[in-house]
This record gives sequence, structure tokens and C-alpha cells, in this order.
Amino acid sequence: MNWIAAALIGGSLLLPPFLAGDFYINLASQILIAAIFALSLNLLVGFGGMTSLGHASYLGVAAYISALVTSRYGFGHGTAAIISISGTVAMAAFFGVIALRATGLGFLMITLALSQVLWGLAYRMSNVTNGDNGITGLTRPAPFGISLDNPVSFYWFALIVATIAFLAITVFVSSAFGSSLKGVRDQPRRMAALGFNPRLIRWITFVYAGFWGGVSGLLYVYYHKYIHPTSLSITSSAEALLGVIAGGAGTLGGPAVGAALVLLLKNYASAYLERWNMLLGLVFLFIVLVMPAGIVPGFSRLTAALRGKSP
Amino acid sequence: MTGPALEVIGLRKAFGGLAVTQDVSLVVQLGERRLIIGPNGAGKTTLFNQISGDLRPNSGQIKLFGADITRLPPYKRAQRGLSRTYQIITLFAGDTLEHNVSLGLLGLRPSRWQTCWPMSHYPDIAAEARRALDAVGLLQLADHPISDIAYGERRRVELAVALAQRPRILLLDEPLAGLSNVERSTVKTLIASIPRETTVVMIEHDMDTALDLADTVTLLNYGRVIVDGARDVVVADERTREVYLGT
Repeated sequence: MNWIAAALIGGSLLLPPFLAGDFYINLASQILIAAIFALSLNLLVGFGGMTSLGHASYLGVAAYISALVTSRYGFGHGTAAIISISGTVAMAAFFGVIALRATGLGFLMITLALSQVLWGLAYRMSNVTNGDNGITGLTRPAPFGISLDNPVSFYWFALIVATIAFLAITVFVSSAFGSSLKGVRDQPRRMAALGFNPRLIRWITFVYAGFWGGVSGLLYVYYHKYIHPTSLSITSSAEALLGVIAGGAGTLGGPAVGAALVLLLKNYASAYLERWNMLLGLVFLFIVLVMPAGIVPGFSRLTAALRGKSP
Repeated sequence: MTGPALEVIGLRKAFGGLAVTQDVSLVVQLGERRLIIGPNGAGKTTLFNQISGDLRPNSGQIKLFGADITRLPPYKRAQRGLSRTYQIITLFAGDTLEHNVSLGLLGLRPSRWQTCWPMSHYPDIAAEARRALDAVGLLQLADHPISDIAYGERRRVELAVALAQRPRILLLDEPLAGLSNVERSTVKTLIASIPRETTVVMIEHDMDTALDLADTVTLLNYGRVIVDGARDVVVADERTREVYLGT
């Protein structure tokens, strides 16, 4: 049954370029980018038990590095992507050492503080980041000579990267290391007594999540061809966290569903409501009350109940 | 290898102004069965937590097979052959019995770091986990989640996880607590069958059962060692009767 659902979802992801106009194709591309970002955050929140409010750091820094390296120093997109991802991973490695000195609320506050520092720097270091004006005039890459400037080709590109991200993260959390990670999330003391090094397991996951956060940042800057300090803001981190929790933390499909929900609300509701965040809050409240584990686990339970068996 | 399996030298641990273990020293020889007794609040579990690395002592030294492990984290102690069970069961309730035991086996193998293959890729781990479950009489429940099994069975799974690691030294924290008479008898037989290559240190309140398993006994009270020595000597000691046996 799960395979049928996966095939249906996979098949439906192939449809937008054939059925929808540019607006919807662009929206679908944005959902894919948000989904990669949410999947990377879910590694921390859902599988590692590390609730972070600073994950936008990796998206924003990767985007800024790519923007600077291409626009200011004239590097090609390939080199820029390598520099950008390497820089982001190095930053995640450093931030991980600091943040993982604490757990729970302490961890959350450290990640928030670190991201706020970056957000402040993006505003203040205007000689580098162009401050509140952001960096404009960026271009999209053309892998294998295929221009990504039209919505359809960009959508295919984003879909390929999102598929790779989904598969890579699925393999990661299903592996022996993934079992250790889930064990450390649930019973760190017991896992340490069994011979596992909880802090190193968390740190590796933190860096890996930073890597995929960086990948989503690259797609983000390619899509918008513009980068602004808001990409590093707490709002950016909180929206992703909201998506992960709403979709179902610790599930593989949940964060993508949650990210899509947040993005759709943002795009549609903001056209009609000035305070669209209020609607987002109400929807979130509804989900938490009706399906406390999130949309995907909630629907799994519902379908299992309708079929007359426990999930 | 000769020499003691475990040496605890002048161990002190205080929480604020309350000293829970004070100048605790004991030597456990290879293959020995040591029973640690004492009234509630005597510092027995705190002593275990310091030996396993869950708590860091304020002062003193812990040696495992001659090597100083006082400042080693718990996972490094586990890799040196120290396993333990907990007074409060800490299994993974949503996972199967086999998975719980497999995690214990994975913890001591380099494959715990690999990020490509699931645990099912290692049939030897699954086979060994099932052997360990068979040894505690729970093979038929191997595929059930922990949440489905009874308390006494969970105690046996705890033991299976620890024994699957083939420890050189095993710390058992009240392995008989909360068990029925039949279950006590089963777990007692299990503990008695642990090979002598494994040194066993055990905290237990059920003296009738536990004394049969012990070579030596240490009595703790208010965080201090009161009496320490051969089982019969400690049991016969006036101070043991006064502090613990109440006769």
C-alpha cells in the first residue's frame, strides 16, 4: 500500500510541467526547495530530537556565499556551489560543536542565538552583503548547457535535487547510523552505556543537516536570483520548523507535506489577508489538536482505522 | 590476565551539601560475584552510576582491569567491556525485542557508523540477538515490541541486552526488583549461569535470592562502606544485622 502511495505521489510530481501554467510551476519549484529545507531540519528535530530555531543559517549562508562568489568574484556556478556547500558544512561543523554542548531548550536557544548573529551580520556588514538592499542581479546556472531560466527546466532541476535529497536522507535515517540516531534521541543515557557516543552521533547529524540546508539555500538563490537578510531570519527558521511539526516530525514524507502547506498558505492567504500569519497559526493549532503527531501520521492512523486495523 | 577487574578508590560524590558516596573503596576480583547491599538512599545506585560513567565523582579513582577510567565517558567504558542494567528499565518501548538487543550488539561494532545499510544488512547481529533472547527464554517474543511484553519479561530483555555484549564486567542494578516469585527464580537461574569470565557486581534488596549468587558482599550505609568481605562473614557481622537485616 505504501508503495502505491509513493508511486502516486511520485507520479503527481511529474505532472506540473504538463498541466500547469508558469505561476503554478514556480510555486511547485518553491515547494520543492522548502521541502528539501524541511527534510534537512527534520533530521535534527524528528530523528535526532534536537529542536533547532536557527536552521535558516545554512540556507542563508549557502545562498549568500554563492551570490557573492558568482557576482563579486566572477566564479562559475559549479565552483561557487562547491565553495558554498563546503563553507556551509564547515560552519555547521563549528556551530554543531557549540550548540551540542546543550540539549533541549538550551540547544534551541544556542541555535537561535547563532542564527541571529548571522542575520545581524547580513544586515550590518553592508559592504559585503549589501545590507537591507540584498544582493541582486544574480543568474541561474546552466548545467550541461541547459538553461534553468525558464520555469519548466528549473522545476525539473529542483525535482531531481529534491529526489536525491529525499533518497539520501531516507537511506541515512534507515541505516545502522540512523538506528543509533533514533536511539540517542529516545534514550541517550542507555545508548552511551551500550557503547554509542551520543554527542558525536548528534554532531554528524547536525553537519549532515547543514549540508542539505546548504543545498536548499543554493536552490533558493538560483530560484529568486536575489538574496536578502530575511533568508537568515528567525521567521525563516520558524516557518520550516512549523512545516516539520505540522507535517509530522520523524517521518520521511511529513516535512515535505508541512513545507508545502506553509508555502501554499503563504502564497495564497497573503493575497487576501494582510495578517496571513494569523491564519497559519490557526491552521497549525488545528493540526496539533486534531493530529498531534502531524498530518502524515494522522492520515496514516485515519486510513488504518478506516481499514479496521491499528497503524 | 590477573589482578582485579574493578578497583574503586576513595570515591566521593556530593550533590550540593549532600555527600551520597563518601570515601568508597572496594576491589572486585576477576570472575567474582559481588553483591552490594544497603538501605534505600545508601548510595548504591550512585556508586554504580559513577562506575559506569553516568556520574562523575568529585574525587577518587576508578580502575577497570588496571586502567584508570575515572574520566572516561560511558561509551568508552562500554567498549572496554563494562555493561550494565538499570534499576528503572530503559528499553526502547516501541521497538522489538530483537531490535533492542541488536542495538546493544551494534554499539560495540564499527558498523554503527555506517550510513548506507539498515541493520537488517547484518544478519549476524540479528542471529546473535536471537541467541541472546533464546538464552533468557524470550525467543518466541523476538518480533514483538517491548510495549507488548510484561514487566518481568522486560527485566529479562535488559539482561539479554547486557549479556549479548559479552561483557567482561556486568553491573546489575536490582535485577529482581518488581518480579514475581516465578520470575525471580528464572532471573536467578539466568544470573547464576553467567560464565565466570564475566565479573558480576550486583545491587539487590532480595537478600534470600541474591546471597546465593554472591561470593562477596559490600554493605553501604550513608554513602560509606560499612562492611566488606566474604559473604558469610558480612552476613554474620553485627553491623550488617544492625544496619540492614534489622535483626
